[in-house]
Parts: sequence; structure tokens; C-alpha cells
Amino acid sequence: MNRVTDQRSPSEPGAGGSSGSRVRYNDFVIRFANVNGSGSASANGMFAKALFRMGIPVATRNIFPSNIEGLPTWFEVRVSERGYAGRREGIDIMVAMNAETFEEDIASIVPGGHLVYDNSKELNVDLRRDDINLVGIPISQLVLPEFPNPKHRALFKNIVYLGALSALINIDFEVITGMVSTQYKGKDDLIAPNIHALEIGRNYVLDYLDGALPVQVRYSTIAEGKILVDGNTAAAIGAIYGGATVCAWYPITPSTSLAEAFEQYCNRLRVDETGQRNFAIIQAEDELAAMGIVIGAGWNGARAFTATSGPGLSLMTEFLGLAYFAEIPAVLWDIQRAGPSTGMPTRTQQGDLLAAAYASHGDTRHPLLFPSTPNECFDFAVTALDLADRLQTPILVMSDLELGMNDNLADPFTWEDERRLDRGKVLDADDLDAIETFGRYVDVDGDGIGYRTLPGTHPEKGAFFTRGTSRDEYAAYTEAPEAYSANMDRLLDKWETARKLVPEPVVEDEGRDIGIIYYGTTALPIPEALDSLAEDGVELDTMRIRGFPFTAEVRDFIDRHDFVFLAEQNRDAQMKTLLVNDLHIDPARIDSVLYYGGFSISADTIYEQVSERLVEYNVPRLRAVGGGGGGRSGPPRKTREQHP
Amino acid sequence: MTYVVKPRVRHPLLPINELGLTRRDYEGAVSTLCAGCGHDSVSAAIVQACAELALPPHKFAKVSGIGCSSKTPSYFLSHSHGFNAVHGRMPSVATGANLANRELYCIGVSGDGDSASIGIGQFAHIVRRRINMLYIVDNNGTYGLTKGQFSATNDKGSTSKKGVPNLYEPIDLVSMALQIGASFVARSFSGDKRQLVPLIQAGLVHKGFAFIDVISPCVAFNNHNGSTKSYDYVRDHSERLVSADYIAAGEEITVDYESGSLEDVAMPDGSTLRLRKLEEDYDPRDRVQALTHVQRAAEAGEVVTGLLYVDPDAADCHDALGTPAAPLNSLDESALCPGAAALEGVNAQLQ
Repeated sequence: MNRVTDQRSPSEPGAGGSSGSRVRYNDFVIRFANVNGSGSASANGMFAKALFRMGIPVATRNIFPSNIEGLPTWFEVRVSERGYAGRREGIDIMVAMNAETFEEDIASIVPGGHLVYDNSKELNVDLRRDDINLVGIPISQLVLPEFPNPKHRALFKNIVYLGALSALINIDFEVITGMVSTQYKGKDDLIAPNIHALEIGRNYVLDYLDGALPVQVRYSTIAEGKILVDGNTAAAIGAIYGGATVCAWYPITPSTSLAEAFEQYCNRLRVDETGQRNFAIIQAEDELAAMGIVIGAGWNGARAFTATSGPGLSLMTEFLGLAYFAEIPAVLWDIQRAGPSTGMPTRTQQGDLLAAAYASHGDTRHPLLFPSTPNECFDFAVTALDLADRLQTPILVMSDLELGMNDNLADPFTWEDERRLDRGKVLDADDLDAIETFGRYVDVDGDGIGYRTLPGTHPEKGAFFTRGTSRDEYAAYTEAPEAYSANMDRLLDKWETARKLVPEPVVEDEGRDIGIIYYGTTALPIPEALDSLAEDGVELDTMRIRGFPFTAEVRDFIDRHDFVFLAEQNRDAQMKTLLVNDLHIDPARIDSVLYYGGFSISADTIYEQVSERLVEYNVPRLRAVGGGGGGRSGPPRKTREQHP
Repeated sequence: MTYVVKPRVRHPLLPINELGLTRRDYEGAVSTLCAGCGHDSVSAAIVQACAELALPPHKFAKVSGIGCSSKTPSYFLSHSHGFNAVHGRMPSVATGANLANRELYCIGVSGDGDSASIGIGQFAHIVRRRINMLYIVDNNGTYGLTKGQFSATNDKGSTSKKGVPNLYEPIDLVSMALQIGASFVARSFSGDKRQLVPLIQAGLVHKGFAFIDVISPCVAFNNHNGSTKSYDYVRDHSERLVSADYIAAGEEITVDYESGSLEDVAMPDGSTLRLRKLEEDYDPRDRVQALTHVQRAAEAGEVVTGLLYVDPDAADCHDALGTPAAPLNSLDESALCPGAAALEGVNAQLQ
């Protein structure tokens, strides 16, 4: 044991672990290293939830393998009083429960950090680090006499370290025991042994160790009134409020939990008093069929969506082209993971933008939405269904594993009961009676969007043939060049209408020279990266893009700045390509900050890449400029195309 | 290719159905398929079946994939919406359409390439999901639009127009449908109106997945030797046959034969198809017997026609899903949005 503790010292948030005499509150990264399938997920989830219940902001990350049992898995919790939710390099507390990864787990601890481990067997001398604190707890020995069943022993080891942590970092023990009681409500015989296991760990720390670590938690008010939820669950609930009745999907990580949450919440929220289920969920035979079902339902007037990831998106592209050309509403949630091909199926990335935006052969383009938070997952689920009906085209929502599968703080979801769903331009029988002639693809309103009818609406009028082949304004098959071109041009008019309807970017512009653009989960570490840059005297305006095609404000933001950074999580700077393509921006005006290693991009990565470029371009720090503006010695617009 | 609208002139002698409509009200655009194509006979049978049943001509959802067969929904029921989807994927579009509005009669028309090759996965899965629809395969054993390649329903050893033999075993969609759980399975011949029209009618009113495999000769490319559909094969076994005259391409091929009898049908290329009509006393409620029957007949070089299997009490996909009687596409905010109060309950659980 090699620790210094002083529980009465005031909080002092700061970087890195410290062996000083002060306690750091609510500001650390803890990582649990486990074996997949060992039952650790439940204990780790309780850990995060206990902190959240104490009002402490937490951001969780499940770093898991494509495996059911046996491979290494990690669970990470970022605890930050400042509300930093992004990934940070370096682990303050490592709970190392997997012998296979012990060496790398120990190596990932910051100097001054803490290793919590099972010292039933003595720690290999080669693995010892002098600059970290060892917290040995003989977990295996402790559970051996208490739980005769070996299966139970394995499971309760997780609960023992949770109990130990409650004493080590000062988690309110009653919060944890209360959660155990709630979790096993109805299975009362499980409550006592779980609490016993918690006490074994807690009492060992209290009886045999020197008390709490210098990294601790304490009650906070920041997370009060918040909810803790993952993006996929938020999207599923949003889809229910958005009126989706048909969900067709094929299991693929990391999107599976979206469809499963939709089913779970539909069973709660969409079953009427007579037991009728106002929804239809089909687990299809593949992603092609999933998309086909969505399109068939959309054609016939039901709100429908699918959830998938990169490989599924690839399979759906032919159907996406059909829906674009035949003008059928559809919503696709792409919970992105690291490609290409099978890539890293359990790692996160923003690598599907180009595949999504231009999915399918021929001239196609699809509106994209980019949620950053669980709240936006909820909101965009409704927005996407509205836009799909309004624009009569597929809308793709580009989430990712980081957002979709990890619990994050969110504001409670809200809904206005007066809100009406926008079903777009659909003519009913009375409408048809009132008009002379019906032409499905006639641009009556000049916005590129025709009026559609649903099958079975009227005995005499409004029926037409929907097809992926070329047709005239009255839906009649034609290969006449003028008719084909006119139709393709009208689809461009519709694209311009979409530009006005997709969510505006979120902009913070203080008139600085340089801006930084980001989207989706790249937003998570941005506040921390900006704070770090500000400490160096570098201040950037920010724009978070939320929709494609890009609204006028996106162009204006880029135009207003000398140049902009664009941070994203893929190799090929895909958002930059979209900006250049859609707005004809000079590529030299966008400087990419890229990370594509499969973890969520960290504040450190953004800070380092931005700093390096600023040095390279000789951009002086703000403090050196002294508020007078100008004075930059080298225009950053010179030859800076680093990412082809 | 042109899009031709038929003149809407009603012949004074055309019979009027219970809705006061004639067959004309159930027709579609003029076909652009080859003159004499069996597929046009199937379209005509659909028109006749729907007119005789006096179903509202706008209450259909017509769906198809890609290929000659998949063009045909344009040629019947022009008051109903049609959807010509992508190759081999009609079943998924039909599934979605049926989930959205269970009140419409759903007719899917596909071909042997569309359903037995590129779309065999979707075919298998729509069968097992028991979507309430009539699924017709216009089976001509060939890819017409790309000019005569083998399809997967073609018999092993038969030759293409260029004389190349087919090396692979045929897929029998009827046997597949029986095995996977279709609740209505039939086979017929495009020219046998007397058999086909009642089968279509039965399939339309059947609740559950109704499948009809319709042998439908291709006047342009169907050119086999040595298969059960081959003229040579039938000629070699002529003692068992009713003699069949050669029918010139360009004419509709029709047959009219009695239950239990064999019928040899001359194909446009000079080959012959041997059909065996089911006996009057055949019990179509026994799935296992139906499978055995089809396969025994195939062994004997015969293609059994008629209603092979039906489960009159079948449940469909909506029954399995527990959806309401009202179409899902008719539900409004009051049924779809659980409301702000319910959302507070959801939030509370996430706290």
C-alpha cells in the first residue's frame, strides 16, 4: 500500500493524478477491465448509476469485443464536475480484473493513479510501477468461503469490487444498496447475497486499508433532474412519439439495441386498452429486406424506419436509390462503426457519411441528420419522420456506436401534446374530387415536391404506378430525354427545399479569425479541447453541423473565418468532401482534424492537432496579439491540403 | 417503348358485376410484352377473377420486382396503385405495404428469375411470415428481358437457345412454399383459364399467404430439349399422351382438360409441357401429402396442376403481430403519440 489520503482537503480539479495531500472530487476517469461474459456489466452499470444518483455528471464508455464470452472488455466512466463528457486519455483508477490484459491495463494508468486489483495472488514484480498506487483486495479469497457455488463466486467478485469502491472513493453506500433492492425487486432471494457481497468488499477496505483514495466523489447538483440514457434508446422513444408504426431491421452491432428498445417501449407505450398493438416490428432476413419493408410501408402511408450500421447501409443502397427516384418516405438510422467491410464492429467511427449521402448508383443524394446527444436522438427521430414525409425521400440519421450504445447525461425528454406530425403532401379522396387532373410528379408548388396519393384512396382518381424506371409527370413510363432530365432537375429543386428544412447548425461566433467545425459525437470532447486551447491563448469560434444539405448559415460561418478546422472521426475527411461538394468551398479553407482509431475522439487529440497546425502556420496566440486583431505572420490558406 | 391507355369504351353486351362494373373496369394499360406471351394470359385471368368476385378495383396494392412478369401489374387493375420495385425484392415491399394497410388486396407478380434466383431469400421469408397476399410467379424458365438465359426453375440437361445445356438442378417454388409454411399453394398453366381463374379467386380471398406457380410459356426464348417441358421428351413418351398440335408463336396458348387427366401442351418453340390435373377427390388440406404428390409427379416427368394445399383457417402476419383491425396507416396522433404525461414516466425510469 502506497497511498496518501486526506479526506478533509478541499477539492481542486486539475489534470493527472497527484500524490499530493489534497483530495480531488468528481474529476477522474475510472476504467474496469473485465472478461466478456463474466457478469461485470451489471456491476459496472450500477457504479455509473450510483454516481449519477448522487448528482455527479458521468459519461460511460463500453469498450467491448465482437465476442460473447472470454475476450477482454472494458468499461470506462468519465466523472467530471465541469461536465466534460468526451474521452480523456489516461486512467486515474484502473479496476483490473482481467489477467490477460493486466500488463496493458497497468500501463494505461496515469502517474499518481491507482490500480485496484485482486491480490489473492501476489502481483508479478515485472508489472509493478513505482509511480502508481496499488490497492490490493483479495477478492477471490474473500468470496471463496462465502459463496459455495463457483458460478455465484465469479458473479459476486464484481459486486465485491463495487462494494470496495464505495469505500475507496466515498460513494454513498445507501445509494448502491437501494439500487440492488430495486434491481432485484421480485427476486428477493438475490438481494441479500448481493448486499452481502457489497459489504465484503466495503468492509475489507474499511478494516484493512488506509481509508479512501485521494480521488473521490461527493454529492453534486449538476446531474440533478437529468436522465441517464444511451442514444439508441432515445432514438427508439423518439420514433414512437414521431408516429413510426413499422420498424424492419436486421441485427447488427451497434444498431441492434435501437430496434430492441423500440420494441420494448412500444410494448409499454403503444398497446391500447384492448391489447391491440399499434405497431409492427419485423426482424427481417437481411438488410435488403429491412429496407424493402420500410419502403413498402412508406409507399402505403405508414411511418417506417430501419436501424443499421455500415455493412447494412451497403446492402440497402439499391433500395435507397429506388426510394430517392420513386420518391418514397423512409428513415434509416445508421449507428456507425469502424469500417470498411467488417472493420472493427465494436468500435466507433464517423465513416459512413459519403456512403450514406450518395448511396446508390446514378445521381442520388440523401438528406442526413447528425445528432450529438441523446436529446437530439429523440428529437431527430421525430424530425426525420416528418422530413421523410415532407420531402418524400429517405432521411438518414448518422449516429454512431459512441452515442448509440453508451449512457450519457441528458435533459428529460419533452413533448408538446399539441404537436401534430407533418405527413407532407398527401391527397385524400376529397382533395382528388376537387382537382381536375392528378399528376404524381407535377411540381405544383414550385418546391420540387409533388403530391402523392396512397393506395386505395379513390375509386376513380389518383392511382398511379410507382417505379424505379423513368417516368413523366403523370407517372407514365418514358425514356424521352426531356422528361427524364426535367425529372432529375426537379429532384434538384427538392434538394434545395431540403436545404431549408434540415436542422440549422449550432454556432458560437465571437468574431474570431479561426473557427472549428464538428458534428455528431465529435462534439463531446470539444468543450474540454477548447478550454485547453484557451489556456494557451487560442480561441476558436465553433459550429456544430446538424444536417445535410448544408443550410446558408454553414456557408456563412466558413466565409466569415480566415479558415476553419473540421474535426471528424474518419480517415478521409468525409464531411469536408460533403462541404466541398455541396457548397463548392475552397478545400484549402478547411483544415482537417482527424481521428479514426476506433475509440471516441479525445480532447487531447483535438488540442494537439489544432496546436500543431497553429504553430505550423505561425498563427500567434491571442494573448500575443493583445486583442488588436491581425498580426498573423503567415496566411494559413497556403498549400495545406494534407488529406486527399 | 410506349405507354398506351386503352380506350374506355364499354361494350353493351359486357356482363355487369355486383358493383355495376364490367371487366373493362378491371383492366390495365395495353401490354408491351411479346404477342402471345403467357404472362398476358395471367393478367387477363386476374382481370376476370377480380371482376367476377366484384372486388372494388381500387382496393388493391399491386407489387412486382423486375422482369417481364414484373411489368404485368401495369396491365391489370389500373384503378389501383402499383409498385414496380427492384429485382428480387418484391416480397419485402409487399410485406411493408401489407403491414401499413391490411385492408387492401395485395397481389404480387414475380417471375422465376425474380423469385427463384435473385429473390429466393425474400421469397422464402415472405412465405414463412404468411403475409396476407396472392403471390403469383409467371414461370417461363427463362430470362426474357436479357434474351434467354436459364433461370433456376429450368430442368437440368435442357438446352438454351444457343444449344448450351443447363448443368444444374431445378428449384421448385411450389415444393418450397409447401415446406416453409404457405397456407395456400397451387400450380396452373397460363393458358388454362378454366383452372387459373378460380385459383386466383380462391387465392385472393384466402387469408394468409397464397402462392400460385403459373407455367407461362415464353414465345421468344423458351427452347428446351430433354426436360419435362420438352417437346422431344413428350414425343418419346407419346403412347401416354393425348396428341397435341403445334401452336404457332404469336397465339395465346390455351388448354381445357378434366380433373385427373393428363394434358400435353405444345410450347411456342415446338416443345411440349405435360400437365397432370389433380384428381377430384384429392384432399388439399394435407401438407405432407401435397409435398409427396408434387415430388412423385416430378419423378414421373409430370407437372401437377391445381390447388395442392390450403389451410382455410390460417392465421396471417397481422394475427401474429397483434395489430389492430384498422390499418396502421390510418392511425393518428391520438393512437401514435403516447403524450407528455407518459414521457414523464419514461424520464422517471431513466433517472
